Amino acid sequence: MKYLCLIYNDEREMGTMPRPDGEKMMAEYFHFTEDIKKSGHYVGGDALQPSTTATTVRVRQNKVSATDGPFAETKEQLGGFYMITAGDLNEAIQVASRIPGAKTGSVEVRPVRVFAQQ
Amino acid sequence: MTDERVRERIDMLYRSDSRRVLATLIRLLGDFDRAEEALHDAFAAALDGWPRDGIPANPRAWLVSTGRFKAVDRLRRSARFDAAVEEIARHIESIVPAASDPPSDGADDVDDDRLRLIFTCCHPALNPDARVALTLREVCGLETERVAKAFLTSAPTVAQRIVRAKNKIRDAKIPYQVPSRAELSDRLATVLHVVYLVFNEGYSASAGDAVTRPDLSAEAIRLGRLLVDLLPEPEAIGLLALMLLHDARRPARTSADGELILLEAQDRSLWQRTQIDEGLTLVERALSSRAIGPYALQAAIAAVHAEARDAASTDWRQIVGLYDVLLRLEPSAIIELNRAAAVAMHEGPASGLALVDAILDRGDLTDYHLAHSARADLLRRLGRASEALTAYERAVLLTTQEPERRFLERRIDELRRT
Repeated sequence: MKYLCLIYNDEREMGTMPRPDGEKMMAEYFHFTEDIKKSGHYVGGDALQPSTTATTVRVRQNKVSATDGPFAETKEQLGGFYMITAGDLNEAIQVASRIPGAKTGSVEVRPVRVFAQQ
Repeated sequence: MTDERVRERIDMLYRSDSRRVLATLIRLLGDFDRAEEALHDAFAAALDGWPRDGIPANPRAWLVSTGRFKAVDRLRRSARFDAAVEEIARHIESIVPAASDPPSDGADDVDDDRLRLIFTCCHPALNPDARVALTLREVCGLETERVAKAFLTSAPTVAQRIVRAKNKIRDAKIPYQVPSRAELSDRLATVLHVVYLVFNEGYSASAGDAVTRPDLSAEAIRLGRLLVDLLPEPEAIGLLALMLLHDARRPARTSADGELILLEAQDRSLWQRTQIDEGLTLVERALSSRAIGPYALQAAIAAVHAEARDAASTDWRQIVGLYDVLLRLEPSAIIELNRAAAVAMHEGPASGLALVDAILDRGDLTDYHLAHSARADLLRRLGRASEALTAYERAVLLTTQEPERRFLERRIDELRRT
């Protein structure tokens, strides 16, 4: 079986965390990632840019709409994900709009965070 | 040339060309903030060097290449200088030749950059309020304080919106480009909507002491002209026509003491003829295209008003017909309300009232002050004074603009006296 582990946190708390605490948490993440790589549990994982960078894509009557902000409805639940690579947000929106679920639900497009080389 | 004259020339250049230079620098440097710093540095360098060395043959190209140089300089001197930063610096250097060999300053490149800037600031993935703020700040060059004042919010709120939008452009990688043909009409609609919002806020302030904010309308018209110059699409032409025809009525819309005067009571000799003529020519151009859109239709309605000597001799039947077409293209309760007002002029207040009541009964526009003031006006004309009074009172409660409130209260006083 494969399982998707979704990590939820208060962005504001994360953003105002004192530097040593932030570094400690990062170290914990690196340690954890190494650990599950060794144990064979790791398939993939990434940190995301904050929700302020999110775009919600929907297709209704064959028209693509892209709006600012994360997906915020409570009527629908997370049903799957694709990790894609695209040159820029326009391309990412184009790809996301072809996901069948975009016609009935919503697809949140969020850039992956790239950490500076340690 | 004296130092004084050189400084004046630089001032003029800043007003006329700083947005063009910025648009190109954003493309070259790949970052809004870096480009703004570079723009500032380039003008500082001009103030410093030009009195001594003279004004270069192509000042704009000089400013672009100096800005780029200063940006690379800043990057190399920055505290967090590392391999990644060096890579950005090298990349920037690789795009343009050296300053001694100024880049070709082809008008096409510059125009493309300005369009890139407009389309990026109005990208649908940005928050709608941020699109307006960012466009006024980056494309029009308005200071944050002025943007805030225009929209009756605080400067920090506007500044925060702009910062968030710029961060999203950078972090989510919104590309700096003019959309492809296939995407153009949808994307242009978003841009035109931003221009339309700016104009509307200027033409009929949503709140506050004054009916209009002429500076905002002027910015919107400038943006509209720029778009028509760069991208003469029918709807861009239609929007410019619409703005010019509405703006032409400005001198007649308020009395000397700032009170609101409705269209039917306006002294039409005060309407600005040259703007009307330009608007009429543009309407014809927009309507001659195969794709007639909502802005061209609204401009056509404004054109019918502009061509009439007074309210009574207006071709109301044609206006109702244009509203019918507009409603088919863009169903909206507000357009229905405007159509009802035209029907009232054409067929009489009873027909208009039936339509307004139907809209309100549906539950649409129940909190829109103009729906209640339109209803009140029709009731008044039908001699149903007490019902008119109730409707006017409802409208007063809902309006947030001072002159509008005073206008409605004058009507209430008149009704109470009769």
